[in-house]
Amino acid sequence: MTRTIRVTVNGREHERAVEVRATLAELLRENLDLTGTHVGCEHGVCGACTVLLDGEPVRACLMLAVQADGQRITTIEGLAPADSLHPIQEAFWAKHGLQCGYCTPGIIMSACAFLRERPAPSREEIREMLAGHLCRCTGYHFIVEAIEAAAQALASSSSHRTEKPPKDP
Amino acid sequence: MKPAPFDYVAPASLDEAVSALASGDGDAKVLAGGQSLIPMLALRLARPATLVDINLLPGLDGLREASGMLEIGALVRQRALERWAASRSPLFAEVLRHVAHPPIRNRGTIVGNVVHADPASELPALLLCLEGVVVARGPRGERMIPADRFYRAPLTTALGADELATAVRFTLPPAGAGWGFAEVSRRHGDFALVGAVAVLTRTGDGTVARARLAFFGAGGTPLRGLGGERVLEGRAPSAALLAEAARAAAATLSPDGDIHATAEYRRRVAATLAERTLTAASARWGGPS
Repeated sequence: MTRTIRVTVNGREHERAVEVRATLAELLRENLDLTGTHVGCEHGVCGACTVLLDGEPVRACLMLAVQADGQRITTIEGLAPADSLHPIQEAFWAKHGLQCGYCTPGIIMSACAFLRERPAPSREEIREMLAGHLCRCTGYHFIVEAIEAAAQALASSSSHRTEKPPKDP
Repeated sequence: MKPAPFDYVAPASLDEAVSALASGDGDAKVLAGGQSLIPMLALRLARPATLVDINLLPGLDGLREASGMLEIGALVRQRALERWAASRSPLFAEVLRHVAHPPIRNRGTIVGNVVHADPASELPALLLCLEGVVVARGPRGERMIPADRFYRAPLTTALGADELATAVRFTLPPAGAGWGFAEVSRRHGDFALVGAVAVLTRTGDGTVARARLAFFGAGGTPLRGLGGERVLEGRAPSAALLAEAARAAAATLSPDGDIHATAEYRRRVAATLAERTLTAASARWGGPS
């Protein structure tokens, strides 16, 4: 059983026929070639597939693609122009907040919304947020430092980009 | 694609949704936030023939507070209640902070969580503690199911296969009531190994007017600590009395053991958490709840 949906991803509108049992993660990766959204556990535990739905983080594996009809999605590819890094990405690079990188896109998408709501988080708050994301390499310490550094960078930059992502290009 | 094939319908009215469930012959499931259902589909623990997606139904996204009740429509996300609670209810705020993680709470609904009936989940115990009701709509009309008659077994409720839970209603604690919440889990946001939530209201002379205590993760359903409630009502809550109430509440529990914790561990932790939540509730008398 398929349905045709229209979805805006990173500011671009797409129309696709999707199997009703396909998840949003499958739509992004396999129909739209946006493979930056990683798929780990496929049942909501690991957080690797986290994307923004109308600016709020959600698990792309826990939403059917048909449910994204008419919605606006932001993936890791949509955070910064192709030749540059978002301040959060830059902080992860600077603080060595990733090793294999599999969990990173999901964490960065969560961090994006988290830092919008809490521009100056405590370490404890960062760790509570990170409880929703599994990382098997880093031991989390450098991720916490990266998010702290990102918060500082965003606070000191005049044009910070953790505003709700633009609704349209 | 991991889920087994299913038919998908997204009705535009409540009547259509109810008839889609009724014609599903027990093999149709409601899809709201999907944060419990989609994992079950992905693991093929559930293989419904039809999914009835209620996200397009009008009128189910309301959060209404009236005459001491809080009514929450079937499409209110956990995050929306969390935002309401931030300025209105420290009790609800504390409970919701422990329900999974923000990306899950952005999609997951309050009603869906209550109806999914995971015995280790926080919100069903809160519904029981606050003597809530589930509003169900079926082919024969609407009915109210009180929380203490709603939960039957793990993932099993009094809701019929042809009924849609359109809302839940919580009785808000009266002004000056104290509350306590505590759980033990492996990680923040995981299902609790054991947890408890308590609300104590008081009389003018400093005795307990009403005690409500509920456990989660301590049996096949959320459970009231009735024995402990009776110990406290009508008496002044000294440390010794609170400890006695906690022991009485936990005495009737017969939790199961599993790979995460033994039954004995759960029973002992339940007694400790009962004492902590009741003590916190009496310490918070007169404050906001």
